[in-house]
Amino acid sequence: MVSFERFTLDNGLRVLVHEDPTTPMAVLNILYDVGARDEDPEQTGFAHLFEHLMFGGSVNIPSYDEPLQRVGGENNAFTSNDITNYYITLPAVNLETAFWLESDRMLNLAFSEKSLEVQRNVVGEEFKQRYLNQPYGDVWLKLRPLAYKEHPYKWATIGKSLKHIEDATIEDVKKFFNRHYNPSNAIMVVGGDVKLGEVKRLSERWFGTIPAIGKVARKLPAEPVQTEERIETVRANVPLDAIYKVFHMPARTDQGYYPAELISDVLSRGNSSRLFRNLLKDQKLFSEINAYLTGSLDAGLFIIEGKPLPGVTMETAEAAIWTELDRMKNEAVPEHELTKVKNKMESTMVFAEMSLLDKAMNLAYFELLGDADQLNTETAKYLAVTADDIQKHAQDIFRKENSSTLYYLAN
Amino acid sequence: MIDRKLPPAFGQVEKIELIKPKPIILGNGLKVFSINGGGQDLIRIEFIFENIAYDASKPLQSYATNTMLNDGTSELSSSDIADKIDYFGAFLQTDFSNDQSSVTLYSLNKHLSETLPIVKAIISDSIFPQVELDTLIRNQKQKLSVNLEKNDFLSRKIFNSVLFGNTLYGYDTRAEDYDRLTQVHLQEYFSLAYQPENCTVVVSGKVTDDALKLIDELFGESWTGGKSVGPNNFNFYLGTGKEHYVEKADALQSAIRLGKVSINRSHLDFPGMQVLNTILGGYFGSRLMANIREDKGYTYGIGSALVSMKNTGYFFIASEVGADVCSSALDEIQKEINILKTETVNDLELDLVRNYMLGSMLGGLENAMSHADKFKNIYFSDLGYEYYRDYINTVRTITPIEIQELANKYLDWDGLEKVVVGKKD
Repeated sequence: MVSFERFTLDNGLRVLVHEDPTTPMAVLNILYDVGARDEDPEQTGFAHLFEHLMFGGSVNIPSYDEPLQRVGGENNAFTSNDITNYYITLPAVNLETAFWLESDRMLNLAFSEKSLEVQRNVVGEEFKQRYLNQPYGDVWLKLRPLAYKEHPYKWATIGKSLKHIEDATIEDVKKFFNRHYNPSNAIMVVGGDVKLGEVKRLSERWFGTIPAIGKVARKLPAEPVQTEERIETVRANVPLDAIYKVFHMPARTDQGYYPAELISDVLSRGNSSRLFRNLLKDQKLFSEINAYLTGSLDAGLFIIEGKPLPGVTMETAEAAIWTELDRMKNEAVPEHELTKVKNKMESTMVFAEMSLLDKAMNLAYFELLGDADQLNTETAKYLAVTADDIQKHAQDIFRKENSSTLYYLAN
Repeated sequence: MIDRKLPPAFGQVEKIELIKPKPIILGNGLKVFSINGGGQDLIRIEFIFENIAYDASKPLQSYATNTMLNDGTSELSSSDIADKIDYFGAFLQTDFSNDQSSVTLYSLNKHLSETLPIVKAIISDSIFPQVELDTLIRNQKQKLSVNLEKNDFLSRKIFNSVLFGNTLYGYDTRAEDYDRLTQVHLQEYFSLAYQPENCTVVVSGKVTDDALKLIDELFGESWTGGKSVGPNNFNFYLGTGKEHYVEKADALQSAIRLGKVSINRSHLDFPGMQVLNTILGGYFGSRLMANIREDKGYTYGIGSALVSMKNTGYFFIASEVGADVCSSALDEIQKEINILKTETVNDLELDLVRNYMLGSMLGGLENAMSHADKFKNIYFSDLGYEYYRDYINTVRTITPIEIQELANKYLDWDGLEKVVVGKKD
């Protein structure tokens, strides 16, 4: 149970406060409701590049990191296809520094040409380090456009290509800031050794005067229903063949998300899971095999990926995956197995309460989903899933015409 | 109107309180340390075994023994173990490091009486079935073949081997060593190392009386074993600081890893060296990050660290940089090291680093488990809590001159082994 209070400033900034007196630390987490899905198709990777620029100084404060480190704080951020999330942890006695820094960069950035130039390079190196200079690193650059034809999930957070990042101008940066970085598009969570009254006072003081700008309505192209199986083969300098199979599945906020996540757990969570035990250990077909979800806010993907062992043909490997998926469709999950994945989910939720930062991020994320209190009812939703729900959703998801398969073959 | 240019008042971290564990010795001599705290009904129990009797002709013996602990006992198959652990929502981990092999259970307290007996079974009665060993060999060799395509992985491997030679610390993983693993090797190592006398138990989270009672029942007098042979003991010599360049013709980036054998936590200079390291490459605002990432944009990240192990310590700097700027990046690293040796750090920067390090230490004490981690750091270095008192004191009071002296004593560009995997421009 993560307790919290909530208030909204006149300019539309939502603030959640989680008091946790067991720690001497405080967290200030700000989630901006903007991600790679909000980008122009001709300027992909921009939300993430922009996240880097948020550290390049704001209108009144030339350096973001330096004053924070000076008061014993640390910070970081991440961008996904859906959101951009910034967080600070610092000794609670210095909480006001976090308000000062975060409010100034919500007010306005410095828009330094030097910062843009450097961060274009840094992001370029990040692109190489994570996606290009790694075996299988570019898989998602290929899978996304295979699975999505219209929806902006068709590009990865890092962007379609290095070129889009290299071409970014300071004018683009300003436009992006004005459109997305304003109080009504943000959710702030303050947690740790803090008091509601003090957080209210500091929020008014530092964020209250930031002008309100209306929230921009999101109009994303819907992904048309897939009607045909899609297959792509690539060859690369990798040591082993790999197979990636992705299926469209319900959005994070859809009731169908819960059974889908339990399906991925039955298939792939822990050493007792079906893919691990049957395909890797017993049948000795794969050296690695996993199932997981993107968990995105719009309709997402259910992924199965594996590396067949040498001597195992792709046909055999793929047929074995289908055998397991068909079993999910044709047979009810036994009671014992269903209880197992539910128990694991339940304990995972308890473990997530060990970390102040995790709690703050989760509150912000669930507030974005609709209501932060859903974080506390989440376990109950998994527990309510029946074997019948699982079977029904498996039938819905695991259809050839709903699938895209990437064969990633060794040269 | 508020003046947004003016930073709010702030204070240095005044008090850092560490929770010391409660030591218990069970009837068989097993040492148990427990740290109780936290609102969640969770417990973490770690069984930590010293790595012993390293045999360079069987370099994977201790690692494979540890990894295969959940692969079967005389009563339970690997699937029985996995089923039970997963069914009760627990997590069972085996971890292998340079100095220790451990088994860690995370469990809800309400299920501990179901989950903990499994740990007892695996650390006292593992049998290492051949079929499971075959799986390990098959799959680890595949994973290794993928890892060998990663420049960063290769650079670590070469670096460790250059620094630590033919010891466990320096072992340079080869596929054929997997093929040489046998059931007998694992059984041998298991009966030698997995003994109460070679084990330390660290319990943290919500530690109830029931939990301690259960630990005593399972791991006290009922767990017997032979004499321990004592931990590995390696000696190392300073290298001469050579270049180790592996060219990868189509690399977009080069993995750089520079470093040398250095001091470990038990050396008096260690806390001061932590301050020096933080300034150089130990945090986001460090000189290496400020110069090579934030000014030049040569990399996504660069850092340095001083690592403490039982028999030695080492210092390293690591990064992945654009292949076209590899030489420039190396030049800049050299410059930054030389600046630390020739110029004193100014008060503004040093105060920042002091505050950052104290805040970071405070932030690292989030729950009972992190307090237990702090305990392990000193316990396995044969140090007491004075270490932290001295560390905090050093962070607060070390002078710019002392830092410069440490730089001259421990850092020199010529003495660093320089591993580069990728392409040099």
